Amino acid sequence: MVDQVAFVRTEQLPQLAPPASEVGLIGWARQNLFNGVWGSLMTLISIYVIYVALAGFLPWLFGGVWTTASLAECREVLDGATGGCFSVLTERYNQLLFGFTYPAESYWRPTLAFVLLFVAVAPVLFNTLPSQMLWFTGIYPFLAYYLIWGGPILGPIVALLGFVVGYIAYSKLVTQSFAMGFFGGVAAAFVTWWIGGFVVDAIAPDENMLAAVPSRDMGGFMLNMILGTVCVSLSIPLGIALALGRQSDMPIIKWICVVFIEFIRGVPLITLLFVANVVLAYFFPPGTNFDLIVRVIIMITMFSAAYIAEVIRGGLAALPRGQYEAADSLGLDYAQAMRLIILPQALKISIPGIVNVAVGLFKDTTLVSVISMFDLVGMIRGPIANAVEWNGIYWELFGFAALLFFVVCYGISQYSQWLERQLATDHR
Amino acid sequence: MTTITDPPRESFKLSMLLNDTRYRSYTFQFIALMVLVAAFAFLLSNLFSNLAARGLNISYEFLGEPAGYDINQRLIEYDSQSTHWRATIVGVLNTLLVAFLACLTATVLGVVAGVLRLSNNWLISKLMSFYVEAFRNVPVLIWILMINGVFLAVLPQPRDFRGDNATASMVADSFAFTGRGIYFPKPIFNNSLTGSAGSDWLIVLIALVGSFIVTRIVLRRASVTQEVTGVRPNTLWVNLAIWFVPLILLALIMGLAFDYPALKGFNFSGGGWARGSLISLWLALSIYTGAFIAENVRAGIQAISKGQTEAAASLGLRPGRVMNLVVLPQALRVIIPPLISQFLNITKNSSLAIAVGYMDITATLGGITLNQTGRAIECVLLLMAFYLAISLSISAVMNVYNNSVKLKER
Repeated sequence: MVDQVAFVRTEQLPQLAPPASEVGLIGWARQNLFNGVWGSLMTLISIYVIYVALAGFLPWLFGGVWTTASLAECREVLDGATGGCFSVLTERYNQLLFGFTYPAESYWRPTLAFVLLFVAVAPVLFNTLPSQMLWFTGIYPFLAYYLIWGGPILGPIVALLGFVVGYIAYSKLVTQSFAMGFFGGVAAAFVTWWIGGFVVDAIAPDENMLAAVPSRDMGGFMLNMILGTVCVSLSIPLGIALALGRQSDMPIIKWICVVFIEFIRGVPLITLLFVANVVLAYFFPPGTNFDLIVRVIIMITMFSAAYIAEVIRGGLAALPRGQYEAADSLGLDYAQAMRLIILPQALKISIPGIVNVAVGLFKDTTLVSVISMFDLVGMIRGPIANAVEWNGIYWELFGFAALLFFVVCYGISQYSQWLERQLATDHR
Repeated sequence: MTTITDPPRESFKLSMLLNDTRYRSYTFQFIALMVLVAAFAFLLSNLFSNLAARGLNISYEFLGEPAGYDINQRLIEYDSQSTHWRATIVGVLNTLLVAFLACLTATVLGVVAGVLRLSNNWLISKLMSFYVEAFRNVPVLIWILMINGVFLAVLPQPRDFRGDNATASMVADSFAFTGRGIYFPKPIFNNSLTGSAGSDWLIVLIALVGSFIVTRIVLRRASVTQEVTGVRPNTLWVNLAIWFVPLILLALIMGLAFDYPALKGFNFSGGGWARGSLISLWLALSIYTGAFIAENVRAGIQAISKGQTEAAASLGLRPGRVMNLVVLPQALRVIIPPLISQFLNITKNSSLAIAVGYMDITATLGGITLNQTGRAIECVLLLMAFYLAISLSISAVMNVYNNSVKLKER
């Protein structure tokens, strides 16, 4: 039988290597770049587009001039060659960053505040850091205010003291009920500020350690940062309150919140800034005069609070009904159920949305240039574009502004994606 | 054995207003209402005392007075003797014009970019990611000003088109891209049916709407035939005829011709003129919002579970049909609500027109009219009412749509 079979292989053949066109760089290129006629055509077109874009952009970037004092001089140096006049950035960087009236000898103050901002937000953003650092986060707003605005140091200290006293009162009273603790804390804080107001007036020193800078001197990218950080941090608690109010069973509270949110979301930010600029003063008691920056902060905070409220409402609605019922069945009251069960989960779901709103809000702070505040865009369109030396320059300045915003906004959105992965507790 | 009895009914005590959940909500609502009323009373009394102190009042009579300023981009007749109300209407139409144009182009751009971002082609998908990230992370105001910079700094002035050795020339002898805007051939009717250009265009519009309705009927009858016989009649040629035959007939009857722009002196005359401010606002809004729409489209397509694609493929459908018949109809349910809110964003962002000098309602009513008459409260209120009306009507439409496509569960 066996010798009738011509040939039987007794050992397995070694595996052949896959065809060269299917693996390695060539295989990858065939699959991802030259997949069919259309794929290849699209690749070639995109390579051409990239080539044209870079051929225009790179000589402009690397052939740029960085040291001249005016546009005319720069064009002389370039002598017809392609290149950007980046000297406007080196000459006017201080105006772009700090505005044109902020005292030059005090530039270190907002810079320090900016650096400390990272220290302050780090424990909030990364929960692996020691929680003791949160103390600094609590102090930071007052420290940053003192650094940027200067003036008598007692003002921020009394403001901080009010919050501390309020918190102590809250933690003493909250054992009875949340409402009692909350209103007690607020009342204690206001009493402290009221008394502190007299104290500050009474012992105001003649000489300030840091010279006071009036609000109208704020400008440049610093103004965008101030508006962005202040308004986002103020609007998150307000947004949570509005979202809870909108979910409430109490019809009056619910309708107040609905009308507020829908009204704010229905109008463009510019009209709200017009309100801050020309209308809001009519609604304050005669004789009071708020800074424009404060009025703008009020309006932008209301604006972003409405959007954040909608995001958080989405998070609340996404929680399964069972979570609410479980909290009720444990005997928790409304405040406890919200603080311990509902909000931690709902906020976690809403983080991407909140970050989107925050990025959008930070971008929208450029709109204040329309009501003639000199933020980064306002500086470019106003004092710098109108200066004799730099009249007629566009790309270098707007490119710089776009780059600054891109770095900040892209950084924030990358953080939010990282956080989403960290918080993903479902196993998929 | 124990028996459970109802607790004895407590009589109402005042402290129950704060401690009993049955009554506490009334207390809170009462407090909230009182605070609200007090706040409004405070604000309004401040308002009236401030107005009285400055000798002002709330009145809309200024709307009937002559505006006294010119608006260069306008869709209806307007001159400086027209009223402020007329100027407001011109602004409203300009807002709607740029918003409508930007919605169209942003949708096209966004859908293309969103689909291409999911492409198998590595280079294309990276290129689209770059586009989306670059435009989403930079303020729209900066984009508007940058694109406006193209008109201000790059494109030639009309005088550069003059002379024998002109530095610039027209494209195909009919389009001129200048720093003052784009000049293009304008269609005109030589034998007008009605006597005015506006009503001639109205006839064209009516013809288009008629064609639309008739094609819908044709498509519906095709579907009925398909249900009955299983074969779908070919409707392509019929539909093309329905769209184009009335248009061609109208063009022949009314004598369609083109008015070409021509250089006269230092400027172009004749033809149509789209100002640089309109073009830069339109382009910036569409490219910026297109990046957001691209993300919505991508999210919508990715929200459809892979099982749907695989099921369709296992039925033997080709990739194109899988996309058109299975994935997209389901993805649209996810895409359309955020798409409509992007349209709303375009409308609201079009108020940035004021930065490039396009005369939309924010620039007419909220800008020049406000500054000339000093009626800040009235102007801002009207402005807000206009945007609010648009927003609320669009969200009403969206709610109707959402209810109609909602998954019917249980």
